[in-house]
Amino acid sequence: MGISNIIFALVLIGAGVLFTINIRKIISNIRLGKEVDRSDKKSDRWKTMIRVALGQSKMTTRPFAAILHLFVYAGFILINIEMLEIVIDGIAGTHRVFAPFLGDFYYFIINFFEVLALLVALSCIVFLIRRNFKKVARFQSPELKGWAFKDANIILFTEVLLMSALLIMNAADPAYEFVISKNLKGILPSDLHTLHVIEQSAWWFHILGVLAFLNYLPYSKHLHIIWAFPNTFFSNLNPKGRLTNMESVTREVKLMLDPNANPYAQPADANAAPQRFGVKDVTDLTWINIMNAYTCTECGRCTSSCPANITGKKLSPRKVMMDVRDRVEELAEAKRKNGKDFHDGKFLLGDYITDEEVWACTSCNACVQECPVNIDPLSIIIDLRRYLVMEESKLPAELAGMATNIENNQAPWQFSPADRFNWANEA
Amino acid sequence: MSAHLNVKTMAQCLAAGETPEILFWVGCAGSFDDRAKKITNAIVKILNHCNIKFAVLGTEESCTGDPAKRAGNEFLFQMQAMMNIQVLNGYEVKKIVTGCPHCFNTLKNEYPELGGNYEVMHHTQLLEQLFKEGKIQIKGGGEFKGKKITFHDPCYLGRANEVYEAPREVLQKLDSELVEMKRCKSKGLCCGAGGAQMFKEAEHGNKEINVERTEDALEVKPNYIATGCPFCNTMMTDGVKNFNKENEIKVLDIAEMIVQAADL
Repeated sequence: MGISNIIFALVLIGAGVLFTINIRKIISNIRLGKEVDRSDKKSDRWKTMIRVALGQSKMTTRPFAAILHLFVYAGFILINIEMLEIVIDGIAGTHRVFAPFLGDFYYFIINFFEVLALLVALSCIVFLIRRNFKKVARFQSPELKGWAFKDANIILFTEVLLMSALLIMNAADPAYEFVISKNLKGILPSDLHTLHVIEQSAWWFHILGVLAFLNYLPYSKHLHIIWAFPNTFFSNLNPKGRLTNMESVTREVKLMLDPNANPYAQPADANAAPQRFGVKDVTDLTWINIMNAYTCTECGRCTSSCPANITGKKLSPRKVMMDVRDRVEELAEAKRKNGKDFHDGKFLLGDYITDEEVWACTSCNACVQECPVNIDPLSIIIDLRRYLVMEESKLPAELAGMATNIENNQAPWQFSPADRFNWANEA
Repeated sequence: MSAHLNVKTMAQCLAAGETPEILFWVGCAGSFDDRAKKITNAIVKILNHCNIKFAVLGTEESCTGDPAKRAGNEFLFQMQAMMNIQVLNGYEVKKIVTGCPHCFNTLKNEYPELGGNYEVMHHTQLLEQLFKEGKIQIKGGGEFKGKKITFHDPCYLGRANEVYEAPREVLQKLDSELVEMKRCKSKGLCCGAGGAQMFKEAEHGNKEINVERTEDALEVKPNYIATGCPFCNTMMTDGVKNFNKENEIKVLDIAEMIVQAADL
């Protein structure tokens, strides 16, 4: 064991600790949301996770992107097996520790990884072209300007670099010849010492790059590679058309309609703070909503299928999810600095999402349907409406009129309820 | 056409000691909107033709609360739901057929938790079943034979409840050419009316949603646009008018098409 092995072990531990700290931060941010029970239907939940997250079933609706994404996904998972060897080599100071044990199979498996590495690199290059030159419509929305645009490019560019490093490392290894990297041997110097330096540099570049990438994840949209799994596991299994019935409202309505209800009865927990109706800030959301936001990859399938967005309205379901994540990060950071009861006076509704966006939704569920990782922007939009209507009475005048009509005439229009059955005589 | 439709209310049935098999939930549009009333009539004709014992609530029916709920007014929704559930449970209703996907979704998915448990069907699902049982027959497809029909999926029937095949199965009986729009089934584009948008002006944008959707339909050059929702019907009818195509393309509910084709 030499000094380089100790440095490697320290870097590995450091990266692991930093990553754990950041993931725990995210988990505590998700816990800012309200409790909601998704512990039912375990077997359906496992099936959904395997089908949607592992099997990527919802990606298939856009085949070109789906195939490229599949290469990157398969490459990511399988090439990481090679990471095991790299880590052992790094700590123990060995070189290709598995090779003697696996024999010919080692060649097969590294050849396979090399093919994948090439596919990953090529796919990422195509993705970069789509984002930067082909101007695919869903990557041009206002919410993707700035950081989101850079984030995507950083991820794709890093993946190309990492895969290139892997291939160069193999090419610079004079003792081995693999299917893709052997074609690179020609461009490398033949001097053995220089080759060794190149091989070692590529090795270090690759492993440090991977560890840096790991720690970049918590700040990036790329977090979906982890969160897609719990997010699909805990996703809504009810029919998409079913909105939640607010329990707090049910209690009130029962008090109004039940002749036996005692209006003077003490509430179950007299000391409990009154709950806000609907969502004004991220702490009014459920933990599922917040996990959704951390899972979002900002691919924009939701926004590109949203009828309001397609017709030029301001609403973008992707922006709703990005706003939730940004606001959670902001509020959680402020709470960490100033104590858990601190509030900075800003709100999700108003400072991030406007009323105009909230009212443009047709509740058509296209965004929910399209999301490859089962994110549900609609439930957030409805909860924002609930806050606007039930706490602030801030709604379009026509909708206030509609509600009055339902209250007075049992229909959204101003017709007399006594005329409701007239149709039978008008045939 | 007869001046009166043969349709009883639950109250009349109760007074006569009859127990209808099915409650036909007409809905606000089906009760008050002149265009949607024609769809209501068609559904009644189908039910009568198949000798189904059914009744309606008549003036005892009330908005399900769907638009209130989607507009954020959960209080109003639950008030409506509780009152409707009292009426429905009072008549011991077991099975409901609706003429509107919004009523269908709300009754089916949102009422059970509040104490209203019924078997709920959309009218296209009932039609599919009636065809399977041989209770309706269409000889030679009627006036739709060989014509091009495209079906606009209502969001609250399609994505919301994953009913995609029933309406298409029924349309197949018309011996016509069923053509799909580029955005159909789970990818179907909303007509623009859902989520209480029917009752307000759209937010500022560069196009009306129903115009965007009508363009999808015009692309496949249909003779008929088939709908399964009174609100979609209004939106698509307006969309077709926007392109001055109302003489070439008719917007009809599936129930109306079946009544015309089977000459009920």
